Amino acid sequence: MRITQGAFSFLPDLTDDQIRAQVQYCIDNGWAVSLEFTDDPHPRNTYWEMWGHPMFDNPDAAALLMELAECRKVYGDRYIRVVAFDASHGWESVKLSFIVNRPAEEPGFRLEREEMGGRMIRYATKPYAADRPAGARYA
Amino acid sequence: MPEAATADIESTPIAVDLHAEFENSGVKDVLAELDRDLIGLAPVKKRIRETAALLLVERARRSMGLAHETPTLHMSFTGNPGTGKTTVALRMADLLHRLGYIRKGHLVSVTRDDLVGQYIGHTAPKTKEILKKAMGGVLFIDEAYYLYRPENERDYGQEAIEILLQVMENQRDDLVVILAGYSGRMERFFESNPGFRSRIAHHIDFPDYEDEELLQIAVKMLEQQNYRFDDAGLAAMRDYIARRRQQPHFANARSIRNALDRARLRQANRLFEGAAGPLSADALSTISAEDIRASRVFAAAPSGGKEGM
Repeated sequence: MRITQGAFSFLPDLTDDQIRAQVQYCIDNGWAVSLEFTDDPHPRNTYWEMWGHPMFDNPDAAALLMELAECRKVYGDRYIRVVAFDASHGWESVKLSFIVNRPAEEPGFRLEREEMGGRMIRYATKPYAADRPAGARYA
Repeated sequence: MPEAATADIESTPIAVDLHAEFENSGVKDVLAELDRDLIGLAPVKKRIRETAALLLVERARRSMGLAHETPTLHMSFTGNPGTGKTTVALRMADLLHRLGYIRKGHLVSVTRDDLVGQYIGHTAPKTKEILKKAMGGVLFIDEAYYLYRPENERDYGQEAIEILLQVMENQRDDLVVILAGYSGRMERFFESNPGFRSRIAHHIDFPDYEDEELLQIAVKMLEQQNYRFDDAGLAAMRDYIARRRQQPHFANARSIRNALDRARLRQANRLFEGAAGPLSADALSTISAEDIRASRVFAAAPSGGKEGM
């Protein structure tokens, strides 16, 4: 099951040129772009691991593409996303984020039901990938 | 696919008017500015003109589908200190930007300290950080030969060189590297790093300025700050340049700039201590002979100034 987080996730995967164009748009708006990766696709998993520092003073998208190539070399089997952070006063938050790399196979989620007292049922979504230990989930 | 191919052929121009390209791309303005703002440096200007012509033709060839590869644009600027290498590099960045060879046209000027780290594992991230900053523009490495220290085989400079070479080769579309430094030492640097020599297409040599050119530069520098020489001051400056050249650490235009800064200091002092009434704008902006002749340079070499320091 293809996970859909962030912008553009209902579209086919972006090509590198499309990624470059989006990133250049972010940079031209003065946002700091950075890369993050994870192997836990749960939708509530907000804080992914950072790949390098946010790029506050690189005027060209080629810098991020270079980092992305490096990141794919190491974590090509995980989710990688581009995050564009707006540091201007009053915002200080992420303005745009989109997935730029995903595992070849995305097993999806299972719904778990937990029976409670009084016929109550509690639901939880668990990624199948998370059954395996972190680091070995998409090998 | 066939539609795309025909569309491609239709959009290919049959003829290119190089002169119109020359004017429209703004290259003409950059070259004219270069001629106007930079005094002397005739061989440099000639080389830049040639390079611009080459790039313009290359661009025209590309638009007609005759060339596909990005030409190698990495350059080396050799010459003594203060001969205008950084200034020309700035103009070069502008030129390349207008020709569309680089996307942003900014110049990132670095030295060894910015590229090479202090401990193991520090160099690669540092170099990459700089490279990322320079992407879309020009990376200007001043005194590039310091990157390579043959006397210390564990020097981290080698690591920076390897990363640089790799990026210079693989990301020619993304950035242009300009290496700068003294001629002799650069020559030795290229000998011991043949990888650099083969990746650099344009070698431009910056000659020293003539005395008369330095005087023009001095006048121009003062003009930019709304100062001027009086006649005796101009003569003193001419004298100063001839003497200063004989002394060690002569750095062409940079020495002139420093001398002028000190002359302004002395002028301010003279006005402050000597003025008996209100001063006119003219008096405030005139550098006269005594401001220049008070320099150490005249004290050190009272005669011909041949003996140096």
